[in-house]
Amino acid sequence: MVHINSEKCKACGYCVKACPKGALAFGENVNGKGYHAVTVDEEKCVSCGTCYTVCPDTVFTIEEG
Amino acid sequence: MAAVKKAPSTIYGYNSFCPGCGHGIVIRLIAEVVEEMGLAEDAIGVLAVGCSCLTNRYLALDLLQAAHGRAAASAGAIKRCRPDKLVFTYQGDGDAASIGIAETLYSAQRNENFTQIIVNNGVYGMTGGQMSPTSLVGQKTTTSVKGRDPEIMGMPLKISELISHFDVSYLARGSVHDAAHIRKTKTYIRKAFETQMNQGGYTCVEIISPCPTNWHLTPLQAVDRIEKEVLEYYPVGEIKGGAR
Repeated sequence: MVHINSEKCKACGYCVKACPKGALAFGENVNGKGYHAVTVDEEKCVSCGTCYTVCPDTVFTIEEG
Repeated sequence: MAAVKKAPSTIYGYNSFCPGCGHGIVIRLIAEVVEEMGLAEDAIGVLAVGCSCLTNRYLALDLLQAAHGRAAASAGAIKRCRPDKLVFTYQGDGDAASIGIAETLYSAQRNENFTQIIVNNGVYGMTGGQMSPTSLVGQKTTTSVKGRDPEIMGMPLKISELISHFDVSYLARGSVHDAAHIRKTKTYIRKAFETQMNQGGYTCVEIISPCPTNWHLTPLQAVDRIEKEVLEYYPVGEIKGGAR
């Protein structure tokens, strides 16, 4: 599963574009910096780690399970 | 639960780069390679002036802030004094290919045994988006408001091709605009660092990187521009030493 550190997210959208399963989208709430941080649909996520690879801000941690 | 992919432990806090800036990706790749090689305690980075020096507050390695353009000269000196350490520079194109082009080329000419990482985003980022030597033809910046005109400003400088004229050990150009190129770029950095630690001589990785703020594009438009325009002029791949 993927863990998202919302406070680091700057909503660049690289992960939303790169996700092969379309599991990522911008959330409705804004984080402390005023960005609509990315959220994950855990039903669709396969923990491939592509989001981790393209993220400039180390928002993602991919965990087992 | 065990993390299978997580940020390297040498990256701490929050970076202060703009949304979509490629610096965050490149720094993470360097940190990943350094940790995978077990050299976190033995790596010395030399930072340039410009956005690249923001690495100071983001990467927990031994870092030196060089004078503008002189990172390559400082890194060469450090490596001569401490040949057992992994020494690399972290520079932008405005630093390594403009103000510091003499230091860059003469380090290559002497085959100094360190690694130069040049992040090429085709613009002077920190100072407000002025034209750099690597800005593309037609690119609008604050000092080329009608677009870069090669009649007046010359053609964009290909720093890797210049370096390739010297007998250097490893030279590659990567990009961080999508996942496949990011993975490939990481292998280039790893090969460069390994070549250096095997006392191979000068190694350099130029990395094409988006600067959405000063390109006046959204981050997604910026990576599209790299794919469609920038890589056409700056093709990626290993230029020297790839077979080893």
